[in-house]
Amino acid sequence: MARITASVYTSHVPAIGAALDLGKTGEPYWQKVFAGYEFSKQWMKENKPDVVFLVYNDHATAFSLELIPTFAIGTAAEFQPADEGWGPRPVPVVKGHPQLASHIAQSVIQDDFDLTIVNRMDVDHGLTVPMSLMCGQVDEWPCPVIPFAVNVVQYPVPAGRRCFALGQAIRRAVESYDEPLKVQIWGTGGMSHQLQGSRAGLINREWDNAFLDRLIADPAGLSQMPHIEYVREAGSEGIELVMWLIARGAMADVAGGARPRVAHRFYHVPASNTAVGHLILENA
Amino acid sequence: MALHKPYIDIPGTTIFDAEQSRKGYWLNQFCFSLMKAENRARFKANERAYLDEWPMTEEQKQAVLARDLNRCIAAGGNIYFLARIGATDGKSFQQMAGSMTGMSEEEYRDMMVAGGRSIEGNRYLGEDGNAQPQHQPQGSGAAKGGRA
Repeated sequence: MARITASVYTSHVPAIGAALDLGKTGEPYWQKVFAGYEFSKQWMKENKPDVVFLVYNDHATAFSLELIPTFAIGTAAEFQPADEGWGPRPVPVVKGHPQLASHIAQSVIQDDFDLTIVNRMDVDHGLTVPMSLMCGQVDEWPCPVIPFAVNVVQYPVPAGRRCFALGQAIRRAVESYDEPLKVQIWGTGGMSHQLQGSRAGLINREWDNAFLDRLIADPAGLSQMPHIEYVREAGSEGIELVMWLIARGAMADVAGGARPRVAHRFYHVPASNTAVGHLILENA
Repeated sequence: MALHKPYIDIPGTTIFDAEQSRKGYWLNQFCFSLMKAENRARFKANERAYLDEWPMTEEQKQAVLARDLNRCIAAGGNIYFLARIGATDGKSFQQMAGSMTGMSEEEYRDMMVAGGRSIEGNRYLGEDGNAQPQHQPQGSGAAKGGRA
């Protein structure tokens, strides 16, 4: 039986990818960001999963306004790093896990969540930056990845409580897969940031840290937070944080198991326009 | 029943909802086309001619030509789509976001390094924070006396 061993949460700021790709990691500005991931890269080596289920949002890259799936699961054998306008990031092709992805799609859809099944999808910084942060600069990624894209670009975006319930359905799906795979689920995006208008550059350190506290200790309560609070308090792009609730919903304690262990916690302002938040929670 | 919009009382913030999306459909689809290197090259070679291939409004085209992202957003643009224009120009997200405030690049970068824009006074329209309409444009944009 497959199982979820841990969940990882991280911002996915595109400038972090650019800093890595352009060799700026030694600059003091970026050192402060990357220092928060030194532990994580080592942890990733010591706790190598068989598959990463990676929740992120597509930033108008694979999906234009022609088609806007609320939840899209990548079931292909591989996914190319996208050209987001600066040229594709020089990172490895993402290998998928079509068997597990298809199993999760079947289980979750029959568990009442309407996923869109995607067999062709380039993956943007939302997916590749977390991979770089956790795995470093490598010739190939250490394991297959199932991309799971959530619409947080055009309203309406899914509610936190639905994301949290979806995470629970994903855990059930993983646990009903026959092969004994170790699966990590990652929730990415956030934390507070706003990229538009006269309020651009908004950061709410206090709110972000309260979000991290509640994500650890009271995820069910946190999942009831309405959209408007994310937008008002954490900026128009801070809404990405609903995706963290998908990963959190897949942890064992939500289904009556033991509380997760906080293996790592990091918070730093700024990376470009954004507050960087990062957590690693391990199931017992 | 009209779309419920609980977010219209947030200063300096345009939520990309169905109404904005309808208004900005072709503006955003034009931006999306810039993900292809050959389209970026064609756009750079003759911006006006490339824009004229799209059923965009004149205001949308002018906003793009002026690289005025606030105008683009008012015309229905979404920042993730509009970022393709910035990418085509070789600009970073920080340069793009900063350009919407009136601040110079340096002023905006310094604000971020100092911890970012404060939430205080910037939650609701009618408060007195630095994102409020009565305080625009910000930074050196204010000294120039016009919108950034």
